[in-house]
Amino acid sequence: MNVIRKILNDLKPTFSEGGKFPWLHSTFDAFETFFFVPNTVTKKGTHIKDCNDIKRVMIIMVIALLPALLFGMWNIGYQRVGGADYSIWANWWHGFLQTLPVILTSYIVGLGIEFASAQIKHEEVNEGFLVSGLLIPMIVPVGTPIWMVALATAFAVIFCKEVFGGSGMNIFNPALTARMFIFFSYTASISGEAVWYSDHKLNAHTGATPLTQLSDTGMTDVSMLDAFIGNIPGCIGETSTLCILLGAIILLWTGVASWRIMASVFAGGLFMGLLFNVFAPANPETATQIYMTLPAWQHLLLGGFAFGAVFMATDPVTAAQTNTGKWIVGFLIGLLAVLIRVVNPGYPEGMMLAIFFMNGCAPLVDHFVVEANIKRRKKRLVTVK
Amino acid sequence: MSKEGKEPMFSAKNMQSFTNPFNKNNPVLVQILGICSALAVTVQVKPAFVMALSVTAVCALSNVILSALRKTIPDRIRIIVQLVVIAAMVILVDQFLKAYVYDISKQLSVYVGLIITNCILMGRIEAFALSNKPWPSFLDGVGNGLGYGVVLVVIGIIRELFGSGTLGGIKIIPDAFYEAGYVNNGLMLFPPMALIIVGVIIWVQRSKNKDLQEK
Repeated sequence: MNVIRKILNDLKPTFSEGGKFPWLHSTFDAFETFFFVPNTVTKKGTHIKDCNDIKRVMIIMVIALLPALLFGMWNIGYQRVGGADYSIWANWWHGFLQTLPVILTSYIVGLGIEFASAQIKHEEVNEGFLVSGLLIPMIVPVGTPIWMVALATAFAVIFCKEVFGGSGMNIFNPALTARMFIFFSYTASISGEAVWYSDHKLNAHTGATPLTQLSDTGMTDVSMLDAFIGNIPGCIGETSTLCILLGAIILLWTGVASWRIMASVFAGGLFMGLLFNVFAPANPETATQIYMTLPAWQHLLLGGFAFGAVFMATDPVTAAQTNTGKWIVGFLIGLLAVLIRVVNPGYPEGMMLAIFFMNGCAPLVDHFVVEANIKRRKKRLVTVK
Repeated sequence: MSKEGKEPMFSAKNMQSFTNPFNKNNPVLVQILGICSALAVTVQVKPAFVMALSVTAVCALSNVILSALRKTIPDRIRIIVQLVVIAAMVILVDQFLKAYVYDISKQLSVYVGLIITNCILMGRIEAFALSNKPWPSFLDGVGNGLGYGVVLVVIGIIRELFGSGTLGGIKIIPDAFYEAGYVNNGLMLFPPMALIIVGVIIWVQRSKNKDLQEK
């Protein structure tokens, strides 16, 4: 540690005002605070000092994402080339090679813009992108062309984050914005059947994700055990509910993510699923009607539901801030996601749209929660009089 | 009218009411008016261009007419008089488009009729024509119409080029690009992207004009 401190101290004048590279000051600052918790304190008011600053929180997020990511890499290899004929390692290696360029692109483009804008605005580099940069590769199909990922990342960082004032000021989740950009710009490369397999697929599968099958016919041939373990076609991060739950445990144990949001998203999805079950016609005919009879709990295992609930909906910046608001927003996210899945055949996966929509509504929900609280307390004041 | 004609036709003040809308007082970028149609008709350049000319014509004509009538219109019913004049002009333009550029008028559909509700028109009449002579009002109307049109056409160019790979219906992006994996951006065809482009143009304009920046 002392060695790193010494190197940083030696380098510091070079990057300070009057040094050789003052324009790289933000970059230097980012790396310095990455290694050492800064010891600066606020000038006035209370300063709560805690080692758990944003950088540390973000690292925990990244660690929580790792199980799903590592499993996803194996699954890519398994689904796309190897199947059961290859060893675990060979499948994983194939998936890793497929995924790595996407991860690198997202980090290089995103961090490049972050560093540049921090330097222009004379601010610290925001560390929020550490997580977004990993989330983006995990929620796009692995075959997405690199330039699309780069464009989407740039769009998300600039229009979803920097224009609002950087990390912590964004209304919408940047990673979701990137996915949204690809989804609406290049629909063919993110949905449909072609994107999940490469040419030499070995499985007898149709190639569609369970959600597409459900949306087309109301039924899926994927077993729920596979859906839970994650051995199904889909984006890198979203398939394995098991690994996502591992991540959820890490997040909840460290207190990084809100358990209220996670619980209420699942509750909302379950509620809507049950509601569909109740109102499904006795003799379902159309795909939507058959879809309505799908057991509610299965919705939670399929597609990006779990991933969205654990890693996207809980984003501390874009979610509701009040505890009551968290319950409401979370519940509505789950409810809307299932509603969109079943009723709208155009969007087999409703999680992205649901979270995005509720991101926009979260400040409104918060507003009413706060107003209601003020009203309640005012009422109490009158009765005491 | 003889007394009013003393000021030279292209005095600096008159010219300013013509040129200001292109930059410092642009109806779309600064006054944030006419956004609705800027999102609706800019998927392609051609309709955007026709729309720009239509608004310019309506704006200039109604400005002139109302400026000429400004002393006879009772203040309390001026809004309804303005509406009648604007509506008459819009119907004229609509019929003209239907007669000469039928296809584009089909594409524009209701948006020609909706020029009536375009805030730029009433804004300019209220703010300028009712307190100025016909000639400066004419210049102001043309300036504002064209200032609006320039923004429309720029948005149209960006959206058509990246959304369909064409400009005015002519193919611009070569086939070799598509073969190399390039795909047209579908988001460009949606109105939200037009709003983002408007935002970017405003961003660029404000960063160039420091005095437009809000503190």
